[in-house]
Amino acid sequence: MSRELFTFKGGVHPSGHKEASNTRPIHPAPLPKTLVIPLRQHIGNPAKPRVSVGERVLKGQMIAAASGAISTAVHASSSGVVTAIDEQPVPHISGLADLCITIKTDGRDEWIPHAPLDYQTMTAADLRLRLRDMGLAGLGGAVFPSAVKLDPGTAQTCPTLIINGGECEPWITCDDVLMRSHADEILQGTAIMRHLLGSSEILIGIEDNKPEALDAMRAAAAKLDFAVEVIAVPACYPGGGAKQMIETLTGKQVPSGKLSTDIGIQVFNVGTAHALARAVHHGEPLISRLVTVTGHVLRPQNFEVLIGTPMHLLITLAGDREGMSGVLMGGPMMGMPMPDLEVPVIKATNCILVKSDALFPPLPRALPCIRCTRCADACPAELQPQELFRFAKAGDFGRAQEYHLFDCIECGCCSYVCPSHIPLVDFYRYAKSEIWAHEKDKQAADLARERHEFRLFRQEREKAEKAEKLAAKAQAKRAELTATPAASGAATPTEADAKKALIAAALARAQAKKAEAAPQNTDNLSPDTQHEIAEIEARRAKILELARQPLESEEKT
Amino acid sequence: MPSPFILDRSSVTQIMAWVLVALLPGIGAYVWLFGPGILVTLTLATVTALAAETAMLKARGYPAKPFLTDLSAIVTAWLLALSLPSLAPWWLIITGTLFAIVVAKHLYGGLGQNIFNPAMIGYAVLIVSFPVQMTQWAGPLELTSLDSSGVHLTLAQSAAVIFGSDLPKATLDAITMATPLDVLRTGLHQQMTGVGFEWLAAAFLLGGLLLWALRIISWQVPLAFLAGIWLTAGFLHFFDAGRFGAPWFHLFTPSVMLCAFFIATDPVSGATTPRGKLVFGLGAGFLTMVIRTWGGFPDGVAFAILLMNVCVPLIDQYTQPRIYGGARKEPRA
Ligand code: SF4
Ligand code: SF4
Repeated sequence: MSRELFTFKGGVHPSGHKEASNTRPIHPAPLPKTLVIPLRQHIGNPAKPRVSVGERVLKGQMIAAASGAISTAVHASSSGVVTAIDEQPVPHISGLADLCITIKTDGRDEWIPHAPLDYQTMTAADLRLRLRDMGLAGLGGAVFPSAVKLDPGTAQTCPTLIINGGECEPWITCDDVLMRSHADEILQGTAIMRHLLGSSEILIGIEDNKPEALDAMRAAAAKLDFAVEVIAVPACYPGGGAKQMIETLTGKQVPSGKLSTDIGIQVFNVGTAHALARAVHHGEPLISRLVTVTGHVLRPQNFEVLIGTPMHLLITLAGDREGMSGVLMGGPMMGMPMPDLEVPVIKATNCILVKSDALFPPLPRALPCIRCTRCADACPAELQPQELFRFAKAGDFGRAQEYHLFDCIECGCCSYVCPSHIPLVDFYRYAKSEIWAHEKDKQAADLARERHEFRLFRQEREKAEKAEKLAAKAQAKRAELTATPAASGAATPTEADAKKALIAAALARAQAKKAEAAPQNTDNLSPDTQHEIAEIEARRAKILELARQPLESEEKT
Repeated sequence: MPSPFILDRSSVTQIMAWVLVALLPGIGAYVWLFGPGILVTLTLATVTALAAETAMLKARGYPAKPFLTDLSAIVTAWLLALSLPSLAPWWLIITGTLFAIVVAKHLYGGLGQNIFNPAMIGYAVLIVSFPVQMTQWAGPLELTSLDSSGVHLTLAQSAAVIFGSDLPKATLDAITMATPLDVLRTGLHQQMTGVGFEWLAAAFLLGGLLLWALRIISWQVPLAFLAGIWLTAGFLHFFDAGRFGAPWFHLFTPSVMLCAFFIATDPVSGATTPRGKLVFGLGAGFLTMVIRTWGGFPDGVAFAILLMNVCVPLIDQYTQPRIYGGARKEPRA
């Protein structure tokens, strides 16, 4: 099978370190005493709790339901009792807590009744609804709700289906070992995807540094009754990114600001295909996943882990060592540092990478940009990272956006090659979150203004109505007409004034926040951006509050 | 610390060190042709540059170590030294280097911030202020040997000349000559062929190719610069071969090769986009020829580069490449 491959622009070749963890067999992680299951593990709306504290739940029971079009359900990973529904630390870049359901496990691991789905006879819409209720989300790291992606929409079909076994991030091997050991199930999942999307061309892209996975997948593909091409693609980070995989295999680029389905291509990670097969053929919702635990541990390996298992348990299991200098969720290129090892494994947790100073030396001091454009040469989004950096640093977010800031996939290639060791991606994340914050600010202000205008209008109307009534009364009772209208007329303006002041104060606060943003851009040199992002998130939360404020006070009147 | 958590092994120091290494063949050829005097010039420029860099870092409140070890000041010093006439007097070297480091580099904000090429600012200031000293060259061996002396000045003799011309005036006159380009301008170019300048040009070319092989410089700037020179010179030669030198003569001069691979390729003050680099190189080549032909100075490289430096923001803005998934033809904002 030889297929013409295409090369995407940019990319880097960091050393893989895959062999550290891909030779040991998959090991099931033991059942923890408590499971902390976040309600927001996917992109979109967080799931809505369906259980209450004290309730007994069974393994595989839906404990929170999908809410809205882009969402997916969350399930109990084992049987036990719900002990809390509250905010807990979660693996998120902001370091902020989020709503979680805590389950004290009873050790019985008792399943809820479940049965395979006869997907061939179900309507596509029904099947998708079931998949949504089984909590399926992309396991490659993006955790986009799978049911949404399995809907070809108005186009009716999606001609090309790509199963992504690229796994280009260094250190991570969960997809690699999954393909080696569960190739058949991955292809069963692929068949279901093909069924839902009506695809005619099925491509499986695997980086050529995984020969065993390639062999296993080819062997499994040969047994199928439909054609699947298993293709070895050159190893190059971020070749496993969906857009890059699409370009490598088809030569097509996803237009900026569009989805791959707009050009008739849908991409799923191999782990998602496997989870889909478990869901359909066994009726099992997404309650566990493979997690690579590697880096500075005694026995780097892959574990089958229940969602909600605390991370420190896995590190202990893999053999923790002296000299740990931090833990990442994900790989070294795009992973995020974990502030706390109590945080649970979630659907997005493909890897727990334990750092040490020997493996990951602290980054050297950043020098000024020398405009060498190595970053531009490495950028797979074909951006000009040095310009984005310049604008982001100067706080010129408008220009940054003009230079396609939002096409940046935060792959980190630019920072990786920068001879001045500038933490470029930080600046982009920072600029993006500032822009979002500004947009929210603006929305909040617009909302406040609209409400204010509406209230003025209503007050005017009420005043007019009152005046009319009074006039009528006055006409009826000509004798005593002076005192009352003046009094009631005076009451409304003062009330309105108070509200105006409230809104003005809200606006002033919003503006003060905007002003505050400017100096921050310049002193961003300290790479402690995580803290900053947390701050921004907090600020955003405040702004949201701000938007709600007038509403609440309005409701009271 | 946010992602990524790993880095390639490159560093500014490494890049600058390679630039210095790539200059070595040129320096070797220089010594062979003109004698060891250039070593004195290089040393003096280096010491001056490092002292100025340290002082300026201190004055601006920056830590000296990371910035001194980036070697960029030494690169500037060497490029300036190699552009100066051999056996230029000490004060010329120091003045030029000081201007390059203090004014062109640090007063514009230091490493990465200078909009002008510092070495070329130094050169331009000198040639405007001291045109006579800047056009006195010690001739290459073959030329000087036409006179009685026949050998190079020793290192000590060169130093003596540079630091105060202890040599008898007659000897000095014997070993100095107008710059090759002046020779050309006065119609004596027959005399100048095959006397060794080509070797110096070839040595710079060799170093430049090394930088290209190491991907420290891109191909666009040197190629476009050389094309700019060659096309302009060819055009002129075509119309008046008697008055304008053959294109290859203009192309294969040390100053052109040095500029093509080491000066025009300065990333900080150059264009950044691939097409922008082509425009920058072509423009610099064209201007170099224009200034050579009609300007009042013996060589146009420095002014051409400085003029193009001014245009860089504009060039970059109008040559932004298409992004991944972007429209084939993107409307410019
Ligand atoms: S790689 Fe670093 S130094 Fe080079 S242009 Fe990009 S940001 Fe600037
Ligand atoms: S992080 Fe963004 S700017 Fe940097 S290389 Fe990746 S896509 Fe390009």
